[in-house]
Amino acid sequence: MKLASLTDGIFKNNAVLKQVLGLCPALAVTTSAVNGIAMGLATTAVLIGSNSVVSLIKSVIPAKVRIPAFIVIIASFVTVVDLMMNAFVHDLHKVLGLFIPLIVVNCVVLGRAESFASKNGVGDSFLDAVGTGLGFTFALFLLGGIREILGNGSFFGLSLFPEGFSPAILMILPPGAFIVLGFILAANNWIEERKRAKAGRAVTHG
Amino acid sequence: MAELALIFVGAVLVNNFVLSRFLGICPFFGVSRQVDTAIGMSLAVTFVMAVAGVITWIIQYTVLNKFGIGYLQTIVFILVIASLVQFVEMVIEKTSPDLYKSLGIFLPLITTNCAILGAAIINIQSGFGFVTMLVFTIGSALGFGLALVLFAGLRERTELSDIPYLFRGVPIAFITAGILALAFMGFSGLVK
Repeated sequence: MKLASLTDGIFKNNAVLKQVLGLCPALAVTTSAVNGIAMGLATTAVLIGSNSVVSLIKSVIPAKVRIPAFIVIIASFVTVVDLMMNAFVHDLHKVLGLFIPLIVVNCVVLGRAESFASKNGVGDSFLDAVGTGLGFTFALFLLGGIREILGNGSFFGLSLFPEGFSPAILMILPPGAFIVLGFILAANNWIEERKRAKAGRAVTHG
Repeated sequence: MAELALIFVGAVLVNNFVLSRFLGICPFFGVSRQVDTAIGMSLAVTFVMAVAGVITWIIQYTVLNKFGIGYLQTIVFILVIASLVQFVEMVIEKTSPDLYKSLGIFLPLITTNCAILGAAIINIQSGFGFVTMLVFTIGSALGFGLALVLFAGLRERTELSDIPYLFRGVPIAFITAGILALAFMGFSGLVK
């Protein structure tokens, strides 16, 4: 088992911020930081289940029907998570609504099953799922947090601004999701650019 | 009849699948570089969505509800959609190899287009009758196509414009989509 399997998914290959995958839930449910985290953790749970099982039975699945097989495995875990959330965190389940069953069609989950779990051992696949899931959760938290602060003037439900301040409601409406993610990705480009500039300078001076 | 018309307009413009419900975002960004591909993709999605809507609706009411196995909904629906997409893929490959090539990886990925599963689930959750379901599904698919083709047109133009270095590529696409969503919000008073 390699630690890199865990850490890669969090920052270096972050599903939303670097690979631009799993956008539907990332944009749809991130009207607050809490919703973002909840959706992220639900997806993480499915990822851990599907990645582990896929890697366990990868040698039994014929290559030709592997995608349908993966989808059925994922759908089973999604059903489990869906029923569990309905039973134990009913309010959150209502808020996230349609997007819980839609974890089935989250490209991140199928993507990890196909590109990682079907080629690696159980331990690594498990770590990869945890890392990818946490990275996804982090991205959703970032997006949800920014939108909640700008659009609702609060953070985790706590009011941040004095009374009489009117937040930009647009940010928690659909257009805000696209615009905030656009700026986050641009900021990401800026960070990469600075890293590259630094590395470049190190080379010329060294 | 008036009610059906309202549902149709609501699905195409007011609650647009991509711009207000956030369903089908992956192909929305993936195949929107050229208007031609966007049109081909919308047609394929419309077809799959309508047929999947009908089949899943029938299965839900004749099999799942009858035998009390509603919890299998997600698994059964996704299997129906996956088989349909496989079928459409074979048809397009035979009839239009050019389109097949330009849609590329996004054709099998229609399976994981959340708009299709999303529409099927919304149909059941809202308790639509057969005709309402059909109108809603087709309206939603057309709304998806409309947003996709409009967005492809916008992107063809932004490709040629002088964009700040950091915003080139994906970031500017998101901001453009945001502005398009803003424009679609103008329809929000149309249907109550």
